[in-house]
Order: sequence, then C-alpha cells, then structure tokens
Amino acid sequence: MLTRRAVLASTAATPFLSYAAFADTPKDVLVMGKQIDDLISLDPAEVFEFSGSEIVDNCYERLIRPNPDKPTEVIGALAESWTVSEDGLTYTFKIKPGRKFASGNPVTAEDAAFSLQRAVKLNKSPAFIITQFGFTKENADARIRATDPATLVLTVAEKQAPSFLFYCLSATVGAVVDKAVTMSHAQGDDLGTGWLKSASAGSGVWVLRSWKPSESVVLEPNPNGPQAPKLKRVLIRHVPDPSAQFLQLKQGDIDIARNLSPDQIKAAVAAPDAFTLSAATRSYIMYLGMNTKNPNLAKPAVRQAIKWALDYDGIQKNIVPTTYKVHQSFVPEGFPGAIDDQPFRRDVAKAKALLAEAGLPDGFEITLDHAATQPTADIAQAIQANLADIGIKVKLISGEGRAVLTKIRARQHEMSISNWGSDYFDPHSNAETFNINTDNGENSRQRTSAWRVSWLDKDLSDRAIAAVKETDQAKRIAEYQSMQRDSQQRSPFAMMLQNIETAVMRKNVHGFVVAPLADTTSYVNTYKT
Amino acid sequence: MKGRWRSLAATLASVPITLFGLVLVTFLIGRVMPIDPVLAIVGDRAPMDVVERTRLELGLDKPLPVQFAIYVNNLLHGDLGRSVMTSNTVWADIARFFPATLELATLAILMAMLIGVPLGVLAAVRQGTRTDQAIRVICLAGHSVPIFVLALVSLLLFYATLGWAPGPGRQSVAYEDMVTPVTGLLSIDSLIAGDYGAFRDAVAHMLQPAGVLAYFSMAYIARMTRAFMLDALHGEYVTTARAKGLSPLRVIWRHAFGNISVRLVTVIALTYAGLLEGAVVTETVFSWPGLGQYLTVSLLNADMNAVLGATLVVGLTYLVFNLLADALYRLMDPRVR
Repeated sequence: MLTRRAVLASTAATPFLSYAAFADTPKDVLVMGKQIDDLISLDPAEVFEFSGSEIVDNCYERLIRPNPDKPTEVIGALAESWTVSEDGLTYTFKIKPGRKFASGNPVTAEDAAFSLQRAVKLNKSPAFIITQFGFTKENADARIRATDPATLVLTVAEKQAPSFLFYCLSATVGAVVDKAVTMSHAQGDDLGTGWLKSASAGSGVWVLRSWKPSESVVLEPNPNGPQAPKLKRVLIRHVPDPSAQFLQLKQGDIDIARNLSPDQIKAAVAAPDAFTLSAATRSYIMYLGMNTKNPNLAKPAVRQAIKWALDYDGIQKNIVPTTYKVHQSFVPEGFPGAIDDQPFRRDVAKAKALLAEAGLPDGFEITLDHAATQPTADIAQAIQANLADIGIKVKLISGEGRAVLTKIRARQHEMSISNWGSDYFDPHSNAETFNINTDNGENSRQRTSAWRVSWLDKDLSDRAIAAVKETDQAKRIAEYQSMQRDSQQRSPFAMMLQNIETAVMRKNVHGFVVAPLADTTSYVNTYKT
Repeated sequence: MKGRWRSLAATLASVPITLFGLVLVTFLIGRVMPIDPVLAIVGDRAPMDVVERTRLELGLDKPLPVQFAIYVNNLLHGDLGRSVMTSNTVWADIARFFPATLELATLAILMAMLIGVPLGVLAAVRQGTRTDQAIRVICLAGHSVPIFVLALVSLLLFYATLGWAPGPGRQSVAYEDMVTPVTGLLSIDSLIAGDYGAFRDAVAHMLQPAGVLAYFSMAYIARMTRAFMLDALHGEYVTTARAKGLSPLRVIWRHAFGNISVRLVTVIALTYAGLLEGAVVTETVFSWPGLGQYLTVSLLNADMNAVLGATLVVGLTYLVFNLLADALYRLMDPRVR
C-alpha cells in the first residue's frame, strides 16, 4: 500500500539516487586529485616541498630558468639579459619591460631585489640556496640592489661558476614577488610572510585564490599574466588515498590523478580508451646508505661486495616497475652532468669474493633502518634477501619516515634506505651532499649526506668544492661526470633507483605534461574537451 | 538529594584533574617520540643555524618540566600555540576540522541509533529465531570487518558501480568555495546561505562516510540493546505485565524498553563521543578533512601543538559526554530521581 510516509521517503531519496547525473566536472575547471598534506606554506621564500613548489611555480616567475630543450643552458624568464663582471663577483640583470604582476603593478628590478633580500632575511628552509653566495641579513640590502627600475645588480662573495648562480636563481626561492602588495600585508617585521603563506603576489599565469590545508588549493587566471590559460580554474583536491583517487578518476570527479600506485598505473595503461599518461623522472634518488662508523662498512671491499650483491633490475621490475628506474650515480638523470653508467649488477660470486678479501668470508650481522611505507618496505626486504645470499644477515628496523630520518641525522644507524631530492637544478646540489665533508666530528656545522654516514673522502670532497668554482661550463660538467664514476666505486652509497612521476588523466584532458626536471609542471596549456 | 549534588560536584571536580593528566601524558609522549620536532618545521635541508634558532624558538633547549609549565601556562591563557603544518593557530585549525567531524559523527550516530535500537529489540524479542540470527550476522559483519574495507567496498558499490552516491570529499567541485562558513557545518551553512543545491550536495557527500561509521556503531548498539532487552524481558515485572494482559507492544516498548533506556543512553552517548574523536581511516578514504586526519598527520609530523590541542578537544568531548550521560542517567532513572 502506498502510504504517505512511503511517498515522502521515496521523494526525499530520489535526488540522491540520481547523483551521478551531475558528477562530471565543468569543462573550464580542471580538478586534480593529489596528496597535498605536505604543504606548509605557499610563500616562495618558504616553500620547499614538491607540491608547494609546483603551485608557486605556476603563480610566480623567476628571473631566469633552465632551457627545457637544452638543460645545460639557461634562458630568461623575467630577465631580458644578464652579464657577469670580469672578476666574476658582479652580476647585472636587465628586467623585461612591460611585464605586470596580478595586481597590475609593473615588474621592476626593485621587486626582484626585494624578493631575494626577503628570502635572505626571512632565512626559511630554502634560503640557503641564495645565502650560499655570501648574502646575509646584514649585507643583503647592499649586495642585492636595483640601480634603476630595469637593472638588478648582485654582488657575490667569491668567484663561482656563473651557471651555478643562474641555476640557483631558477629555484622556486628565486620567484619574484610584488613588493608593494606583499609589504601592504606585512605585520611587524614578517615581510608579509604571514599573509603570503596562503596568498600569491606574482606575475605568473595563475593567482592563488584559496588554500585550505589538507583540503584544497584553487588557482584562477592572472589577468595580467604572460599567457592566458585555457581554463578558468584549477582545483587541486587533497585525496590522501590512492584507491580513492583512482575511483574518482574513473567516475570523472577528478580529471587528473597524481599519486596512483604502481598497480593502478598498470591498470590505467591497460585502458588506453579511458586514460592517458604523462611521466617524467624526478630528482628523487633512492639509495642504500652505509654508515662507515660500523667497522665492517668502513672497509671499501665490504661496500663493494654489497653493491655487487644487490639485484637492481629485479627490484625495479618486481617492486616499482612504473614508478622508479634503475639509476646508479649521484646526479639524477635529466640534470646537467648526469651519467647513465650502471657499473653494478647482481653477481653473487664476485660479491662473496670481495667479502672474503675483506676478511669476512662468513658475512656479518647488520641492521637496516627504513620507512615503513611502500615501496620502501618491500625494497628493504629485497635487500635483506639479496645480502643474505652473500652471508650478510640484515635485521630490518622499520619506522615512521621522520623517525628514521631523525635517527640517520644523528648517525645512529648502520645501514638505511634513504631518499634524496635535489634542492635546485644544478649538479652541485647532489655533489655537495654526497661528497663534501670537511669535518667528520659530532659537532660539525655541515651535516651532509656524506657526514651522515661518517664518510670523509678528502679527494672527492675537495673536487666537489672546486667544481662549483669552475667557470668553464664544459670543464665543470666533465668534472661532475668523473666524480660520479669515482664515487660509484668508493662511496658508502649504493645508488639504486630514481623516481618517476606519473600523472594519469582522463581522455578528455589535453596539454597537461609532467615536466622534465629542467622545467616546471605548468597548467597553462591544459584544456578539456 | 544532597548526596546527588555532592556526587555531581565530585564528578565535575574530576574534570580538570583528568584534563591535566591527559595533557601531561600527551606532552610526555610527544617529547619521547623519536622524531625531532625541529625537523618537521625546517625540513631536512636547513643549515645548522636555522635548526638551532628554531630549537631555541620552540623552547626545546629548556628542561622538560619548564617546557611543560610554559605550555600549561599558555593553555590557561587560552593559547594552544601554532600548528607547524598549517601555520594557523591550533584553535583556528580545530575550528575548521572539528565541525567536519561533528557533522559526520552526528549523522552517523542518528543513523546508528534509529536502526540499531529497533534491530536490537527485535533480535531480543525473537530470540533464537532466524530473525535473531540474521541480525546477529549483520552485526557481526559490522563489528568484525575492518572499517577501511567497509569504506572502500561502499565507495566501489555506491559510488563507482551504482553511481548513487557522490565520491570522496565534502562537496562537489561546482560548490567548492561557494558557501561562506558560519558554523563550519557545511549542511547548516548552506541552509543559512539559502543555497538548497549546496545543502543537498553536502548531505549527499555525508551519507556514505556517515553510513559506514553508522554501520560500525549500529552493530555495537544493536548488540548491547539485545543484551539489555533479554535481561529485561526475563524480569518479573515483564511477566506481571504480560499476565495483566497488556498488549505485547506495550510490554516490550513501555515496560521492558523503558527500563533499559537508561543504560542505553550511556552506550549511545559514549559511542557518539567515540565517533567525535574522528575516524582516521574513514576520513582518509573519504578525503574528509576531519579531526582524526588532522591528529594523525600532525602526529606523524611531530607537530606537537596540534597533537596536544586536538587531544585536548577529544578528551574534553569525552568528558562532556560522560557527564551528560551521567546527568541523563540521574534524570531518567526513577530510583536516582
């Protein structure tokens, strides 16, 4: 019988039953599903995480950037031209005329100077990229100057490779912010950072409309931007669970999924009618670190044995087929000076012989710290099995990522699976951390990755310090290549894998490309049909 | 009467002590955690001078009791500090994350109660029959299947396959940023704004995660109701009522249920409090920016101000509901009355 109650109940339920009818996203809005809970700020002087850098790079421009087609060169973004003085200490940049910020204010050398001074004075995480040229809170105003509205002059402390400075200026921290707008929001001496954390004041293609931590980021076109995007809005939604990301992608609630697992990527590849993919290597390198404080790991032959025992190809193919590639040197593929030599492959007999040569024919016991998350946990088990074959008994210690890092930073580990992402687009970023160690004491001021494994190789350390001062770009690149080959043989780092970032998008999304390392992932050419 | 007030006063007096204990324990756990809190703020790459400066700014160089005293002093002045992750004050964060949880938990407990209680009563009345067994199986599934499986299966079925429900998140893209927050409860705010479409969208987004949570809670409520009811149905007063020739419905709902309702209130109140703690797994699967997610992410980032603040809110919620249940108990139980 049809009662009044039944009618009411079914009427109330109807709109929910037909929900799918309006689930598709509007054509001029791009919706991206992504894990963005690592975002702590969107101020260019503070942002240092992948997801944050990508957003900031879409809202701001830098003076110069690497040439995506030829990464060993730089090209102008806001700068029209630049010169270096004879003594190599003074750099002069001419700003392109006619460029405007989102506010309508013209982009001047004064803004560029302010942005760099601001990064130095705020001294947040990425500030060292700029301060390593000798800029300090005290001298920033004198050494970073706008001599006229179109001319920016930087005076560095000592002569270094000009390309080194250029690449560092192309990092996110080198973004040019609108001085007038930023300072109008300044409180006390915060240089506007309290406001700029969740706002934008740039000249890029997009402006930041809102950021809700652990929820969403919304970008809208900059009316004064260098290029008009095809979309009216980009909505980046925090979707922490990869399975949920994939489901939403299938349903059309999101257009692009950025954090799918290897299995899900495989499933997407198998459905070419529904999805397209874009992939590029990232600067993330995964390696096995061996703390030379341990007497066994201090022996070069033992480290060689471990490098020969690992099954690089097997690990890549079985555990991370779509998300990592084998990479055995410290400069990531895609960077100037990278090499693709792979001197090591699994050779149990050779590894055993090396162990015997080191006086340890029966192996030894050792611990391996690693993050409990995937794929690291699976890789740790594979390493354990590989090393067991040559008699090394590995005890796995799994922990939360930051807890593992805390332990490694205190040099309390024996072996560890670590990740390193380059801080800026120059081989020095990695050459420094993996080679330079001038003080191996507990109170050292420079706690590089080399220091963290208690490794001091004076030759490589000195060469890394010298290479960054080499003004001949070709010679400089050659030196990094030679250092990588030496490091492969001598260092306590078994470089294993390099990360590949894959974005999976629906068939109707076009023009979205995960940028190679020399470029930034931009949403400007993206559109939907 | 006097004794009642005294016991209520004693319960109230225990609140600050409990909260103090909670803060102390959470604070200590935060400090013995093997994660360097400075690392969470400045990142792995920061130079030593930035690391050292931040350590000083956080007061981490001071002895533990001093650090605790400073925290408690700030707390008493209503200052929970700032979250590292979001750079907002912890108050502002809680004001944003808690309503999302509150909304979800309230709908979930309503659903759980409206289904669980009648199911429990039915199972007790039909004890040993197929109905009872069927209800037991339904409840067993709700209680024993891990909640992330329930959540994912629900998404797969109602969202991906049938298309009846919207996907993860609190609202659809079309309504993103359209409703001005007043209470933080999206359903209420959209009504205040008079936007019926946004309201419908918000409620539709809530139904699935709330349903998953409700299923889980319903299983518990139904089981408890059944046990209480069985107990009551075997009481002499029920036999008497039946002997008097009262209708079965009246015996069940008025006499038996009336007697167990007091105990049931406690069960429901505490279940509700449990839901308000935030359901980490459900919130993760449904991309629900609630307190559970906030607390977990903060903890993994060693963001101790956020962890302490959120824990306090959870503790306070629990205490308030305990007190409420206690008060209701006093109101409803004629013997205490």
